[in-house]
Amino acid sequence: MSDNVNTSKNESAGAWERARTGYGRAVGGLRDRWDTAAWWQRWIVYVLLIVGALFLPYEGLAPVMSPESNWQTILFYPIGVYVLLALGLNVVIGYAGMLDLGYVAFWAIGAYTMATMSTKYEWGFWELLPLGILMAAVSGVILGAPTLRLRGDYLAIVTLGFGEIVRKVAENSEWLGGTRGIDHIPHPPSREGVWFAGTEIFTYKIRDARPYYILLVGLIVLVIVFSKRLEFSRIGRAWSAIREDEDAAEIMGVPTFKFKLLSFAIGAAIGGSAGVVFASKASYVAPANFPFLLSATILAAVVLGGAGNIPGVIAGAFLVAWLPERFRVVTEYRDLAFGGILVLMMIVRPEGLIPSRQRKAEMEEGSGGLGSMGAEVAGPGTSAGAEVGSK
Amino acid sequence: MLLELKDVRVHYGKIEALKGISIGVAEGEIVSLIGANGAGKSTTLKTISGLRPLSSGAVLFDGADIGAMPGHKRVLAGIGQAPEGRGIFPGMTVHENLLMGAYARKDDHSKELAEAYELFPRLAERRTQAAGTMSGGEQQMLAIGRALMAKPKVLLLDEPSMGLAPMLVQQIFSIIEEINRRGTTILLVEQNAQQALQLAHRAYVLETGRIVKSAPAAELLDDPQVRAAYLGGDLGVGDGAGATAADPVPGTAPDATSEDVAEGAASDEDGRRA
Repeated sequence: MSDNVNTSKNESAGAWERARTGYGRAVGGLRDRWDTAAWWQRWIVYVLLIVGALFLPYEGLAPVMSPESNWQTILFYPIGVYVLLALGLNVVIGYAGMLDLGYVAFWAIGAYTMATMSTKYEWGFWELLPLGILMAAVSGVILGAPTLRLRGDYLAIVTLGFGEIVRKVAENSEWLGGTRGIDHIPHPPSREGVWFAGTEIFTYKIRDARPYYILLVGLIVLVIVFSKRLEFSRIGRAWSAIREDEDAAEIMGVPTFKFKLLSFAIGAAIGGSAGVVFASKASYVAPANFPFLLSATILAAVVLGGAGNIPGVIAGAFLVAWLPERFRVVTEYRDLAFGGILVLMMIVRPEGLIPSRQRKAEMEEGSGGLGSMGAEVAGPGTSAGAEVGSK
Repeated sequence: MLLELKDVRVHYGKIEALKGISIGVAEGEIVSLIGANGAGKSTTLKTISGLRPLSSGAVLFDGADIGAMPGHKRVLAGIGQAPEGRGIFPGMTVHENLLMGAYARKDDHSKELAEAYELFPRLAERRTQAAGTMSGGEQQMLAIGRALMAKPKVLLLDEPSMGLAPMLVQQIFSIIEEINRRGTTILLVEQNAQQALQLAHRAYVLETGRIVKSAPAAELLDDPQVRAAYLGGDLGVGDGAGATAADPVPGTAPDATSEDVAEGAASDEDGRRA
């Protein structure tokens, strides 16, 4: 009897292990094929992916993807917005290896830029998109300049504080609408009569989410191209070095502080762009839209998908945004189901669903690449006593 | 002197790790810095390469004071380092690691690349392997090869023998000698005093943040006090000058006796005057 139980246990463990390694090998094989693919083969895939993304709002998918809520609406928020935010956070976490727990703040800054400037000064969407990006980038620099000498968990705590500060300022500032927030934010200017797949894609109204979704797809494609170019540039190599060993990077001649600040600003800028689009679609923003939980969720999306690898990050963000909606069928158990899936995936694939090869090697080596422990990075010209703050 | 530290003090918070250190390295030399755990050897190297800020004192390189220069600029000035614990980039391949060594350089580095592969044929074999998957000895070779990519005038080596099998230690040390013969000045930090003193021209003995001895390496090799310094002195003897409550780093070996320190400091003074 007991023998039987044991063997069946072993068999199921074996099958489980086989499935796991099978998946790993499939991802690795796909990546190998991708690495050796000709340029035109890659372009076919790119075009197919973009066209596929544009056809995602198709009504026929709704019963499968989201039986309980409006598929086209959730495709814009949370799915599209999460993907864009995760791509932005990926620059900070995936490339430069810094743990940012207040990322939602930059999204909020973009959204509030849109909200205040459009309702109070009647600026249009297309002027405010670059302004929101700029405001977020500048606030990234303002937060980064004094804090990026910290590392690992210490940096995480400071960024966590920053996220809360931004939300609290919005809550307590009359000018920003307080806890009530700001409403009547205008939509982007429409251009009637441009039809695609049964939608007027440039007609921005409150009810139809599809034009906003298409706008978001455009932004996401731009951000992907931008991220990819950065990844393989001199800047990207510097980020890799910082992520893997910051001290070693510095003594190789990488101006680590400057590059960390740059990654923070770029990540923030991408978050800001998502904020502007979100505010113009929702036409209403309030501090309650930007809780800490959202920073944590986006972080989960990046880590779950595979930090540093764009297809992984997109897959992670999609799942993290979509699963809770899909689980609405199990009503009050949906958070439990979602949490269970997250835990399970981190046990089975700690390196993420589709990790980058380099990140995988880092994980295997044990450094993990999420910033090393250790309180301070002392550079020349900073007083050691002040940083440690010993009392 | 190519590299000179003058009365350098470095703090970790309130704790003084270097209590006024003065050392000099002339062009073409191999100078070794020996001492027990927590004596301040690695801190000294980090101060030279710019990873730790000075509290007071001066770091002179090639005649210029580089005490306030940020670390990443010191590479171009001519200071190369193979850091403590090797510090290779684990996710990058061997080749990418070597290229990172030349990150700061704008000119052609193919000569140094060829030289690194020639000095360490093992690295050439592992060219496309992720560096984190290599053995400790190979990683050490990579760390040294990578530092050479910047074509440094002085190469700082932080415990190259750490965690390596004796055979490998021999091999690494003979390569260090070869690098020096080809014209690179070397400042070597070691716990393995025996090995380091056989290789170096001159050496300093460091104890709890102070230089207690400085002499030609051959002389120190037979010195009974050096053994005491390397081992950290006799347990529980006396209350040495440095062995106060403010031990620089937890886990520091007990200090040498006060006579040792006094004598060592005196001979250090002599050494500098000479």
